[in-house]
Amino acid sequence: MKKKLTFAAALLAASVLGGVANAKTLVYCAEASPEGFDPAPYTAGQTFDASSRTVFNRLVEFDHGKTSVSPGLAESWTISDDGKEYIFKLRKGVKFAATDYFTPTRELNADDVVFSFQRQVDKAGPWFQYIPGIAYQYYNDQFGDNITKVEKVDDLTVKFTLKDPAITFIPTLGMDFASVVSKEYADKLQADKTPELFNQKPIGTGPFIFVDYQTDAAIRYKANPDYWGGKQKIDDLVFAITTDPAVRAQKLKAGECNIMSYPAPADIKGLQADANLKVEEQEGLNVGALMYNTQQKPFDDVRVRKALNMAINKKAIIDAVFQGAGQVAVNPIPPTMWSYNKAVKDDPYDPDAAKKLLAEAGVKDLKMNVWAMPVSRPYMPNARRTAELIQADFAKVGVTVEIVSYDWGEYLKRASAVDHDGAVIVGWTGDNGDPDNFLGVLLSCASVGSNNRAEWCNKDFDALINKAKTVSDQAERTKLYEQAQVIFKEQAPWATLAHSKVFMPMQKTVSGFAMDPLGIHRFDGVDIAE
Amino acid sequence: MLRYILGKLALIIPTFIGITILAFGFVRILPGDPVLVLAGERGLSPERHTALMHQFGFDLPIWQQYLTYLTNILGGDFGTSFSTKTPVLRDFLIRFPATVELAIFAMIFAVILGVAAGIFAAIRRGSWFDQLTMGTALAGYSMPIFWWGLLLIIVFSGTLHWTPVSGRIDLLYFFKPVTGFMTIDSLISGQKGAFRSALSHLILPTIVLGTIPLAVIARQTRSAMLEVLGEDYVRTARAKGLAPRRVIGLHAFRNALIPVVTTIGLQVGTLLTGAILTESIFSWPGIGKWMIDAISKRDYFTVQGGLLLIALIVMSVNLIVDVLYAVINPRIRAN
Repeated sequence: MKKKLTFAAALLAASVLGGVANAKTLVYCAEASPEGFDPAPYTAGQTFDASSRTVFNRLVEFDHGKTSVSPGLAESWTISDDGKEYIFKLRKGVKFAATDYFTPTRELNADDVVFSFQRQVDKAGPWFQYIPGIAYQYYNDQFGDNITKVEKVDDLTVKFTLKDPAITFIPTLGMDFASVVSKEYADKLQADKTPELFNQKPIGTGPFIFVDYQTDAAIRYKANPDYWGGKQKIDDLVFAITTDPAVRAQKLKAGECNIMSYPAPADIKGLQADANLKVEEQEGLNVGALMYNTQQKPFDDVRVRKALNMAINKKAIIDAVFQGAGQVAVNPIPPTMWSYNKAVKDDPYDPDAAKKLLAEAGVKDLKMNVWAMPVSRPYMPNARRTAELIQADFAKVGVTVEIVSYDWGEYLKRASAVDHDGAVIVGWTGDNGDPDNFLGVLLSCASVGSNNRAEWCNKDFDALINKAKTVSDQAERTKLYEQAQVIFKEQAPWATLAHSKVFMPMQKTVSGFAMDPLGIHRFDGVDIAE
Repeated sequence: MLRYILGKLALIIPTFIGITILAFGFVRILPGDPVLVLAGERGLSPERHTALMHQFGFDLPIWQQYLTYLTNILGGDFGTSFSTKTPVLRDFLIRFPATVELAIFAMIFAVILGVAAGIFAAIRRGSWFDQLTMGTALAGYSMPIFWWGLLLIIVFSGTLHWTPVSGRIDLLYFFKPVTGFMTIDSLISGQKGAFRSALSHLILPTIVLGTIPLAVIARQTRSAMLEVLGEDYVRTARAKGLAPRRVIGLHAFRNALIPVVTTIGLQVGTLLTGAILTESIFSWPGIGKWMIDAISKRDYFTVQGGLLLIALIVMSVNLIVDVLYAVINPRIRAN
């Protein structure tokens, strides 16, 4: 009998150990530490990768690798005729994660959804400043005071009331700050007087369950066995925080991680050549441009702007600055965005024609400022180099350029001022997949003096994009945005320079990873072959 | 001796105030508006900007900001990080053990190799070994840390697969930190292979961080030894027919040690500054990497608090070195 027991114990041990050995672990070499694990108060991509996209869900979810949205925690929704009331039916039986630090007693219901939004606006509430100094910046930017009410209708129904109809409301609910958190967990932490744990040990409904964070080193997750979307194929997910891109590349080659983010352009060839790796690539959802101050002489003359556009050798910029990891931009929105107008043609590179056009406009010996950003962004890795290339190009048509730069915060502030001098290199990365997120934010009359750094206000263009915001039919919106892009190109408030390409190197054994146009790294649906 | 130590301690107060002014001023000299940097491309409404400026106290007169800052520090409050909203002191304490562990290994590496190389180079003055050592030391001293670290990774991790690329331990091992020292925690965890993994992760960062102190110590030891070897008492000892090993070990080395100890103490500052780059390369989660991240994010309060804490540590170490120096060399106390 004793022998039998020992044998059984050994068998059990073997099966447990065997189970451990067979657990599929995916290691992701991430580029930075998250700011925290509550997605709402933060703005950085690495925070969203580590919190909202692993641990949490939203009412609607972006489709894998696309900018379109599908039902998430909300199974369906109805919109009132005036576009001001949205009623969401929640999915039934969604469980919050059970961990060693919290055991939920109930499933997701309308209280959680109401709480998730209410806490970001209720200034008097305990969760508005539960960590000193936090701000719900995204909520402010996206909604402002447009949501007048969020109410529970019944356990599985939530109603949002808006001040003005907003066509981008649904895709915005797919953004990270709109992640649905657990009210029950928040209440418990509040009772325990440890609210800061809300930001350190997240509880969500997402595909993965948070296990542990070793500051600046590693984040561990395990697959959520009760996930409403089904259990993931991998058992464990580990973020190995590795800030240096060259080191991330070495780690990937050495097999210390399975996927890495943001390779250095110089490393891409070497990674592509490695037989164990594959490098996926995608156009980034961004645009980099040289924005003329169209309220200033001589840039208020469309001929001057056109002439300067023709003087820029954009291909040379793509080669030298992006090292090929980008493509020449034609429109102010990237080609992966719906409503992108393929029929629009870019101004050709033609210095002679540029000279003629400048002469026609009566511009001689023009001296101008070109602003070069002090920081590197995906849409513009090296603005100084770009500015130098533009300087050389403009010199060929008789325009003298002085390159100016400021500290980043100062740069943005000064470039927003209506009377700033010259043309500014800057760009944008989209965050909700809607064309209005580019055309409206960057080029509307309303954003002159802030994000509209060309200070460009064109009545026809503005009418089109304003109309597009009120129409709910996407085909019709597409037409309006296409027309807007035609006007944009004719009026040339910017020299559109580039859309960067984003690369994602991974081991060949990894499958199911879809690159995200919004720049998020998601690991649901990912598998690794043994 | 006590008076000597008290004298040294008294010196610390003005130094401390000086450093707080520097740390405070440095961050404010940096161009630009901290609140704008926080917002990035997305911009801030003027109301929100004013609110944030007020929240962080940037709208107060500069002397008032400094006084608040000083009062807070004396109360142990080194500010709150912009980006993570956690107290800077807590952030520092979480990361500090990792840096100390790496620094200890780098120091042991630098002292053992440096002192040995220096002694042999001095004994064999002018030989090929001497020239090679001093040449290497010069090269090591002028080596850019970033380049050196990446080179070692590419050769030893990438090509030869002898060492892991980065991090403190294989992520296969998972245990809660107890001491914060990975070598000790891995032993406590009792997981097989964990300690070995922690050690193997230390190899490359130790070499990279230890290179500059190694070069400095080797050169210092060599010149100190040469000086001592030329002294009359050594010649006398030799003339008396003492075995060369005893002459060097007993008489020369002990006296040569004095300037070497000072050098070693001064290298603590070098180690901490070197850690800033080394930790970034090797994803070593210590204060160096923390500072680099904070600077790139313009996390003003973290940079300010971190600078001050690092300065305090360097000051304390220098104090300890001064005391040790006085212990080894009684003449110092008399002066």
